[in-house]
Amino acid sequence: MRHKKNPVDLIFLLVSGLASLSVIALIVGILFTLISESSLSIEKFGLWGFISSTDWNPVKESFGAATNLFGTAITTVLSILIAVPVAIGIAIFVTEIAPNFLKGPIGAAIELLAAIPSIIYGMWGLFTLAPIMANYIEPALQKSIGSLPLVGMLFEGTPMGIDLLTASVILSIMIIPFTASISRDAFNLTPAVIKESAYALGATKWEVVRSIVLPYSKLGVFGGIVLSLGRALGETMAVAFVLGNNHQITSSLFDAAATITVTLANEFTEADTDIYLSSLFYLALLLFLMSFIILALAKFFILKAERKYP
Amino acid sequence: MNKIISVFIGLAISFLAFGSSFAGNTINGAGATFPYPVYSAWAYEYNKVSGVKLNYQSIGSGGGIRQIVNKTVDFGASDAPLKPEELKKNNLIQFPAVIGGVVPVVNIRGIKAGELRLDSDILSMIYLGEINYWDNEKIKQINPGKALPHKEITVVHRSDGSGTTAIFTDYLSVISSDWKEKVGAGTSVKWPVGIGGKGNEGVANYVKRLDYSIGYVEFAYAKQNSLAHTILKNSAGQFVEPSFNSFKAAADSGDFDPKKDFYLWLNNAPGKKAWPIAGATFILLAKEKKGSNINVVKFYEWAFEKGDKTAEELVYIPLPVSLKNKVRAYWKSYNIY
Amino acid sequence: MMTIEQVRKLKSLIALAFCTLAAFFGLFWLIFILGDVLIHGIGALNPSLFTNDPVPPGIEGGGLRNAFVGHLIITSFATLIGVPVGVLGGTFLAEYARGRKIARVISVLSDIMVSVPSIVIGTFIYAVLVKPVGHFSGWAGAVALAIIMIPVVLRTTEDMLSLVPWTLREAAFALGAPYYKVIIHVVYRAAAAGILTGILLSIARVVGETAPLLFTSFNNSFFSANMNGPVSSLTVTIFQYAMGPYSSWHSQAWAASLMITVFILVLTVLGRFILRWRYGKRPTI
Repeated sequence: MRHKKNPVDLIFLLVSGLASLSVIALIVGILFTLISESSLSIEKFGLWGFISSTDWNPVKESFGAATNLFGTAITTVLSILIAVPVAIGIAIFVTEIAPNFLKGPIGAAIELLAAIPSIIYGMWGLFTLAPIMANYIEPALQKSIGSLPLVGMLFEGTPMGIDLLTASVILSIMIIPFTASISRDAFNLTPAVIKESAYALGATKWEVVRSIVLPYSKLGVFGGIVLSLGRALGETMAVAFVLGNNHQITSSLFDAAATITVTLANEFTEADTDIYLSSLFYLALLLFLMSFIILALAKFFILKAERKYP
Repeated sequence: MNKIISVFIGLAISFLAFGSSFAGNTINGAGATFPYPVYSAWAYEYNKVSGVKLNYQSIGSGGGIRQIVNKTVDFGASDAPLKPEELKKNNLIQFPAVIGGVVPVVNIRGIKAGELRLDSDILSMIYLGEINYWDNEKIKQINPGKALPHKEITVVHRSDGSGTTAIFTDYLSVISSDWKEKVGAGTSVKWPVGIGGKGNEGVANYVKRLDYSIGYVEFAYAKQNSLAHTILKNSAGQFVEPSFNSFKAAADSGDFDPKKDFYLWLNNAPGKKAWPIAGATFILLAKEKKGSNINVVKFYEWAFEKGDKTAEELVYIPLPVSLKNKVRAYWKSYNIY
Repeated sequence: MMTIEQVRKLKSLIALAFCTLAAFFGLFWLIFILGDVLIHGIGALNPSLFTNDPVPPGIEGGGLRNAFVGHLIITSFATLIGVPVGVLGGTFLAEYARGRKIARVISVLSDIMVSVPSIVIGTFIYAVLVKPVGHFSGWAGAVALAIIMIPVVLRTTEDMLSLVPWTLREAAFALGAPYYKVIIHVVYRAAAAGILTGILLSIARVVGETAPLLFTSFNNSFFSANMNGPVSSLTVTIFQYAMGPYSSWHSQAWAASLMITVFILVLTVLGRFILRWRYGKRPTI
């Protein structure tokens, strides 16, 4: 049936085939370009040496990724910790609780939040959120739980609003709508029949959510969380304004730090020596690999969920 | 579908025509944020008289050096001069454009511009993280009678490769062996404490927004944004205000030598009136880009002739006539003047 | 003492109250951010913003004409590059390669590419299009944005074409039409609204991007439509202006943010509206 005898058809097939292969070409191209650009740094520092070194010292030309990885890990994990409970709450509200006339508008509104560009989040963070954090939230945290042993360590120092905590909060606001919308899609996969039979047995709404909807959708929700993790990992502009750009590993969330993305944004056009630029490419390579693996994992879970409950 | 395709093609053609018609008479430069206020003011006036668009992007001196080495711009700008051998290696030439001063600025409630006194020792200890509070004994000692709050100092430095940082850290290295050993000097260094702002702009913004902070900026930024500058003790032991005269005293101490491609730092200049942290800001050109070099030189020749007043309004020190002539001879030797 | 039923009901009530709170917490941020952008942005809007180019700090009356025009040009070229590649690629997956392994692989890889950090794409383009050529250029920026667009358009196109019933194609084949004609005249026509939505949403996606433009199209303080040189864009200008200390810069950054946000929200709402009108279902992108 799909006859390729017609020459125009053959051309169309080839052109469209090439267009779709461009995705693979891009991935391979990015990978090879980043590897070749960072070869200088790879040779000099190696993989483990680069990852484990906390040194980011342009004067002595000694570079390590540890401080950047630290900043990326803390902001990403913290933002997920804040975002996930809220996002799942939103998804439950939209699918199970909200009256029908509210479902549409609220769902749409939360998805609009996902469309706002990250630079706006960043700018808003600097001008509006950072002062609020510095003057109200951070002192309050310090007063309430800052004196506890161990946990208190996280809230040491002067609240400035330009720190890991503020960056994580902004990041979490950014990924909430994203996580919520994937969770909602996963919840919607629960067969209505099972829910209805539970209701018929006299289960309360929460019991249905907890014992039917959540177990049914956990793979999909988990995939959504991992996907959000991948998103948060690569976010640049939302954190660039409020992270404070200091290459350090610190125990306090009130300290400035640097993520891979922010380091790239600030220093990429600035690096004056070759090894400096090469190390930045090396960072970009690490980021690319990390996010690629995490996103692939997320995709794997989501596909699995869809296959299980089509 | 056909309609959509034809609209697309139409758009493409009109844009291509549009795009090419605006090419030409633009000079692209990038680098130091230190002279950005004066370069952008010059570029604005120059555009009015000549029609030439000088697009100067203040990304930082490190960026200026990198981008001219990669030849992605027509000229690079840096407050950290390159050594003649580095210039040779990258096939670059270098000349000074204007001189300015780096000023520590603070944001402390109740302290106005020019009220707080600092010396080199205190400054280096603050930036090393060894002095953490504003009511430290050392600060109190040279500020008798000032009500200094018991508040933690928020240190602000640069996050990008910066000539202002190079001048500032060179100064700290000259006066403090501790600093030289632990941190060193350069366009980017490994900061022991503090948060990083992008560009002089970013540092000024953070100091403005954060209480009890200290930062260092080119004086024009302090003036334009009414930040509280400090008074510094110079090498002669005198406390001096940052001003046109104290910068000029520092500038006069230097002898720029064209044979060394004008490589010179002005820090810790001798003289009772001299401001201790000052420097010239330099223009870097790629030798092989002769065509655009001539245009760049034309712009700076215009700035040398007509731009002194604008520079002085922003408290930059125009080069003295003798130095301007040396620069002109330097241009001539490369056949771009 | 409460009965078990009462405890269960109370538990349910509390849990659901928390979920409701979460939903309003999310809405609260939306209103907060949008309201803030609106208030600051409207206050800073004035005609000179659109008609003047930037002036040095301290001089009155600057605008962002260069950035508005530059942004429009870069985004348009990105669309011109990204849309054809994306649509054709999606066509291949949904038509010629339908059901084959290669289609699934590319489809999954595209999904991953959609979320790859945009700053990495910026560094990639710097290495291949800026450094070798020897100058920053609007083209480099447009290509970087196009790379972000391609997987988005490709995946929507694939999905939308898959929704077109196979019998429709068979009817056309039966009339003796070659496959490419069937695709262009039957399949595309049936899926036009969906593809258009994908394009709109992909434009909404890239128009707010900053990171890929930082090292590619760079910035320009003058009006320039020369794609071979640095071109100003709104987002990079917002980054520079918001980070800067001048209050005139801050208000212009707010105004630019307002314009971008409004543009994106309009595109997004429009896209979703088309989808609902045509397919009567919630979009999956």
